[in-house]
Amino acid sequence: MSAAPALLEMRSITKSFPGVTALAGVDLVVRAGEIHAICGENGAGKSTLMKVLSGVHQHGTYGGEIFYGGHEVRFRGIRASEDAGIVIIHQELALVPGMSITENIFLGNEPRKRGAIDWKVAQRRALELMEQVGLKEDPDTLIMDIGVGKQQLVEIAKAFAKDVKLLILDEPTAALNEADSRHLLDLLREFKRQGITSIIISHKLNEIEAIADSITILRDGRTIETLDVRADGVNEARIVRGMVGRELSSRFPDHTPDIGEVLFEVRDWTVRHPISSERLVCKGSNFTVRRGEVVGFAGLMGSGRSELAMSLFGRSYGVWLGGRIYKNGVEIQVKSVSDAIKHGLAYVSEDRKAIGLNLLDDIKTSVVAAKPAKIARRGVIDQVAEYRTAEGYRRDLRIKTPSVDEGVAKLSGGNQQKVVLAKWMFTDPDLLILDEPTRGIDVGAKFEIYGIIQRLAAQGRGVVVISSELPELIGLCDRIYTMFEGTITGEVARADVDPERLMTQMTTTRKMPVS
Amino acid sequence: MSGFQEVKKNLFGGSASVSRQFGMIFTLVAIILLFQVLTDGLTLTSGNLIAVVSQYSYILILAIGMLMVIVAGHIDLSVGSIAAFTGIVVAKSMQNLDLPWPLAILLGLAVGAVIGAWHGFWVAYVGVPAFIVTLAGMLVFRGGNQFIGNADTVPVPEGFREIGAGYLPEVGPSTGYNNLTLLLGVIACVAVVWRESRARSTRREMGTQNAPLWISGVRLALMVGVIAFATLRFAGGRVGTSLPVSGIILIVLVLAYSFYTRNTVGGRSIYAVGGNARAAELSGVKLKRVNFLVMTNMGILSALAGMIFVARSAASGPQDGLSWELDAIAAVFIGGAAVSGGLGTIGGSIVGGLVMALLNNGLQLMGVGVDLVQIIKGLVLLLAVALDVYNKSQGRFSVIGSLTRPFRRQGSSPAAERPDSPSDSDRLPVRPLTHRKTSV
Repeated sequence: MSAAPALLEMRSITKSFPGVTALAGVDLVVRAGEIHAICGENGAGKSTLMKVLSGVHQHGTYGGEIFYGGHEVRFRGIRASEDAGIVIIHQELALVPGMSITENIFLGNEPRKRGAIDWKVAQRRALELMEQVGLKEDPDTLIMDIGVGKQQLVEIAKAFAKDVKLLILDEPTAALNEADSRHLLDLLREFKRQGITSIIISHKLNEIEAIADSITILRDGRTIETLDVRADGVNEARIVRGMVGRELSSRFPDHTPDIGEVLFEVRDWTVRHPISSERLVCKGSNFTVRRGEVVGFAGLMGSGRSELAMSLFGRSYGVWLGGRIYKNGVEIQVKSVSDAIKHGLAYVSEDRKAIGLNLLDDIKTSVVAAKPAKIARRGVIDQVAEYRTAEGYRRDLRIKTPSVDEGVAKLSGGNQQKVVLAKWMFTDPDLLILDEPTRGIDVGAKFEIYGIIQRLAAQGRGVVVISSELPELIGLCDRIYTMFEGTITGEVARADVDPERLMTQMTTTRKMPVS
Repeated sequence: MSGFQEVKKNLFGGSASVSRQFGMIFTLVAIILLFQVLTDGLTLTSGNLIAVVSQYSYILILAIGMLMVIVAGHIDLSVGSIAAFTGIVVAKSMQNLDLPWPLAILLGLAVGAVIGAWHGFWVAYVGVPAFIVTLAGMLVFRGGNQFIGNADTVPVPEGFREIGAGYLPEVGPSTGYNNLTLLLGVIACVAVVWRESRARSTRREMGTQNAPLWISGVRLALMVGVIAFATLRFAGGRVGTSLPVSGIILIVLVLAYSFYTRNTVGGRSIYAVGGNARAAELSGVKLKRVNFLVMTNMGILSALAGMIFVARSAASGPQDGLSWELDAIAAVFIGGAAVSGGLGTIGGSIVGGLVMALLNNGLQLMGVGVDLVQIIKGLVLLLAVALDVYNKSQGRFSVIGSLTRPFRRQGSSPAAERPDSPSDSDRLPVRPLTHRKTSV
């Protein structure tokens, strides 16, 4: 493997922004035909490096040299790097929702005949490309009508339409469920057989271990090391050590649960889809959360976990058809988000950028956003109290920022998530529902967030964690419910957890005996 | 950070509102000085300054409401028609029903509130885009004005004219100046000093670093100097004139609304709704109520602007308020608001409005025709926003960007002007599926 010639070589790349050095000398060698993973904590410089490579940061704005296919290249824009066959697929997909699959695949790259778009050719080629990436859909289907996993495949087909030689995937599986992730990884192996080189940036170390030929680890804008997966006997712990510079003794902080009486109880909760009136997204769900307990919700994407959570949180999703909520044994009415906040509910959404934060806000405004009345007198905000509150959370949750006056848009994913957590901790909730709390967050920050979750439980609050990562649920939760197609299909206590059984319950409606 | 920015940060960094307006104020001062030279000193004469205030105060009042509408992510095209409609209703009520003028003013505000609530209902509770709702309102109430007034002008009585054409009375000893205007100037100076000291003590309380005392001194000297100059100009006009009543109404509104938008929970929820409506909703902000109130408020301010205009021109007519919406919208955008909502300040919009007003006034003083004035104003609007967009894309100091951080103290960190941070949360500037805000 290592005998293959280098397709890409980046030599001592440096890049700084006013006040910050993002890259302080990164070397990267990617050999032709391999799958090369880049690992590093958030802020390590992975994205900046890819921006340099793809010409977003134009030649001249960074230091160092890039050799591609044996020649030095100086890209002056994305177009230039794409013409050379380097295509990046971002975590946030660049597709037009209202256009069809075919239209998206050839967007900006349409086959033409005498100036007009040749839809016949486009259609035929689209089918070929879709076949190549294993996407079985009508090419006239609109992007908004297919799931995120298939959208990802459309992005890849789009890259193939441009005759890609080096495919770069940034967090390709972050938004995908297990089945779609597996399909994508298989696809990458298939591309490798076809001779396409890939770079994959991911926080999911098990995937990297499974698929990568070599791994380059970045830390603080420097290349720490490049590991040859086949030769060096690399495992997850080894990668983590490179990323954080130390061995994380355990991926989950130790804790002894102190579980009290039933805090929240939900009975017969039934919700239908906001648009399609016959689709039930929650079918008579029943569950309880006790004081001091971390309760997990496992399920595949679309199983109704987030829908259930958001609907409980002031009926923020779909149409409520029935069901009751009890707090400390007394029924409570939660008809709006402000009711929910008043009754001590908090919901940390799975998509913090789209619906969790106002990205135009600064940190201190975001922290108090869910309960500004707490630091206001007769509607007038006490700026000193606000600043102090935010400062308190900054220190307490170790939010990495020069000041709480900074905009939240500038923070890394992990730190943004901490701001969202602070925002809801500030409301002093009894029950926190955390929807995918560690999605897109690096190992170090994940560990911290697990610690925060356990601290919240230790304070006697109830915590519900929704996650697509089974190991996370198993490591964190005292009890796990499984959901499939809107139905709670099982309930497993920590002591009896068996991943295979969980997976079975996540993929079938057959009720399992409660253990 | 360059030496220039260091000085700017120190001089304008302490008190929040002034700092952000640095760039815009710089532009404003440049325009004033330019016309002062081009018009051989006519621009800064007492008579001209007083005329400018009474001629543009109603546009600036509209800009206050428009800023809040635009921050919430909407637009209001109907303000000129609401102003005209209110004007004719008020004029008719005084002419035909002999309504005393103070009651007529209350009636006018009520009419504005009802029309605003009508728009708010459609925008907030039915979900029709504000562009459409207010486009309809623009037609409906323009027609309403002409229907009620038979497309004719209706005069208003003396007392009513005070709010548009009135001045402060002459009281006290003969100083050669209008004494009440002088008094206002003194109060303003005291307020500015008090505010600065309070800002310093707040920063001390927060434990953040204060700029050296001499910086505060220089800043205060500058501000007090400007206030003193303006006071003497407004107080020193023709006998019987002073700072116009409409100017005083404007100043009160600016102070009140600035405070509201910056320092209250209600004001903040407007920014939250415009910045990310779904996130605001999930944080407990009552989305519909905010949208409803913002539109209602715009109706009230439009009515006030309309009445001031009618008072100034002594009669209500069918052409009142034509294309005011465009002037108000232009002021807000020159003042740094984002087209997509969530960003912008009252102070910025007022400065933006003053830039337009002084440009207009200066060109008129020079004898430039109405046709050319329009062309120049249009190009200035385009260039002001384009320059800011360009600067922002190049990562340089953005005049408008510096105006549009509603709750931020300037100079918190050098990273504030950073084009993009090297974090993983930052993506390439391609069009993401969940693309949200592009600010101007």
